[in-house]
Amino acid sequence: MNTTAAQLSNFFKVRIPQLDSRVVVTVLRQLALPLLGMLAFLFLWSATAQNIDTSLGKFPGPSAVIEQFDALYSEHQRSREKERAFYQRQQERNAERVAADPAYQPKIRAYTGKETFIDQISTSLVTVMCGFLLAVVIAVPLGIAIGLSKSLNSAINPIVQIFKPVSPLAWLPLVTMVVSALYTSPEPLIAKSFLNSLITVTLCCLWPMVINTAVGVAGIDQDLVNVSKVLRLSALRHVRRIVLPASVPMIFTGMRLSLGVAWMVLIAAEMLAQNPGLGKFVWDEFQNGSSDSLARIMAAVLVIGFIGFLLDRGMLMLQRLVSWDKAVS
Amino acid sequence: MSVLLDISHIDMEFPTPRGNFTALRDVDLKIQQGEFVSLIGHSGCGKSTVLNVVAGLYQATRGGVILNGREVTEPGPERAVVFQNHSLLPWLTAYENVELAVRQVFGKSKSKAEMRAWIEHNLALVHMSHAMHKRPGEISGGMKQRVGIARALAMQPQVLLMDEPFGALDALTRAHMQDSLMEIQAELRNTIIMITHDVDEAVLLSDRIVMMTNGPAATIGEILSVELERPRDRLALADNPQYNQYRAQVLKFLHERHSKPDVPVKKKAAPASAHATPAWTSGHTAKAVGDAA
Repeated sequence: MNTTAAQLSNFFKVRIPQLDSRVVVTVLRQLALPLLGMLAFLFLWSATAQNIDTSLGKFPGPSAVIEQFDALYSEHQRSREKERAFYQRQQERNAERVAADPAYQPKIRAYTGKETFIDQISTSLVTVMCGFLLAVVIAVPLGIAIGLSKSLNSAINPIVQIFKPVSPLAWLPLVTMVVSALYTSPEPLIAKSFLNSLITVTLCCLWPMVINTAVGVAGIDQDLVNVSKVLRLSALRHVRRIVLPASVPMIFTGMRLSLGVAWMVLIAAEMLAQNPGLGKFVWDEFQNGSSDSLARIMAAVLVIGFIGFLLDRGMLMLQRLVSWDKAVS
Repeated sequence: MSVLLDISHIDMEFPTPRGNFTALRDVDLKIQQGEFVSLIGHSGCGKSTVLNVVAGLYQATRGGVILNGREVTEPGPERAVVFQNHSLLPWLTAYENVELAVRQVFGKSKSKAEMRAWIEHNLALVHMSHAMHKRPGEISGGMKQRVGIARALAMQPQVLLMDEPFGALDALTRAHMQDSLMEIQAELRNTIIMITHDVDEAVLLSDRIVMMTNGPAATIGEILSVELERPRDRLALADNPQYNQYRAQVLKFLHERHSKPDVPVKKKAAPASAHATPAWTSGHTAKAVGDAA
């Protein structure tokens, strides 16, 4: 018994000093303080919400929003069940008709229920990624070309500078009209509304990437360029082996900025143009004007913010994975 | 031995908003096969400009550079450059950095296995075999410069151009690198032009030391032939009177004759003491006035 006690105290004697002040400070900074901030925000939010009366009732506090998250999710599940039942009914009916008349060609009609909150989220995510990828495909080569050629830079820079500050809402009507004029397929593979949102996103998130890529390329260490010259690398190899890797950190900085812009632009575009997605969800709820609407909009706001945060983190992780420059934060 | 490289009466002018700036005037130097030549001079005197003209990165305003009977018009791997701050590509390992050069130069004439062996041979030459799969960010400054030298050697250049290759290294590492370079030089008998502002380095390594006057319009002031037996040992040379005399000669050129960039070269022939005394007194009085004010 005695030895165990000694061992125990010994154990603690050894363990306790390891919990030195640095560990405590780290835990405090990384866990306790953010939690504290969060709690303070929730308190302020619920306290303020109590005192705001709108025509749709009181401004929703945290608990109302959590309730709506729950409601939105169960709505989604119910809708999925309905969809399943719908297809099942159709199959059964088709089977019956085929049994009665073997010459009958069964038809499957698509389910046309209202999109749920979760559907809207995925629509928005797909749209933003497509628009962003299209922008990457255009912006990176363009940025490299501008960064490499001073004359091209002089020629294109004014255009970039003028289009960069344009709001998505200004582009949207133009894009809508052009898309409906040019994209006239009787059975479109891609919905027009999707194209509208996608092109608007692309137009708005092109510029940060073009500018950052060009700055990165133009700022390559002259010594590295000289190495390339001494080795007589061909233009293509010069771009592939020297220019592209050297400017990867700047390209990623541009991509992160762009993705942030893309997400904000998309929500606005969806709201204005009634294109499917989170923006439309917010607008629909606003027009709906039920007593739950504000809480649902608030839920959407939180989700939009959280997804934006995740997108940025995702890009950062991708950058850490791809870039040779590990000193990114 | 025959003349390999002929730097023939080059002038170099750079355009500035206030007219042309003449960096070099009439630099004329013939370098033989297997020779180790150092360019020494005060910073800003145009040593690097000479090297860049030989490398083909700059075009001389007048005159030209002839290598092996052919005029130099553009950069190329037969005039490999070791840059002052190593200039390795930070996203490639030591091996890959050398590989980029080897594939560019020998991509058509060597097989994959031969190239691999050649890359490893050159890294072994600079004692970097143990760290050849590390990136520049993971190795020390001296090691980076070793890889830079391996990359240049791997191109099998006719002339190796070194722009203050050890300038950024600490004294101990620098001594190591100099010994390594002498070892390699003894084995390969490369023709090397090295820029330095280290007198000991110049005397220890060179067959000839080219001393440059101060810019603008810098040119070759004196050329000193260093006739010390090779292999040279830095410790033994420390007590060698001939070595010390070479050292003194270079120091004299740099410190006595060219320490004041504003004094024209021609006046150097005037009696030094007569010139120096008034300069001293005027300096003192100026200081005294400054203190009183």
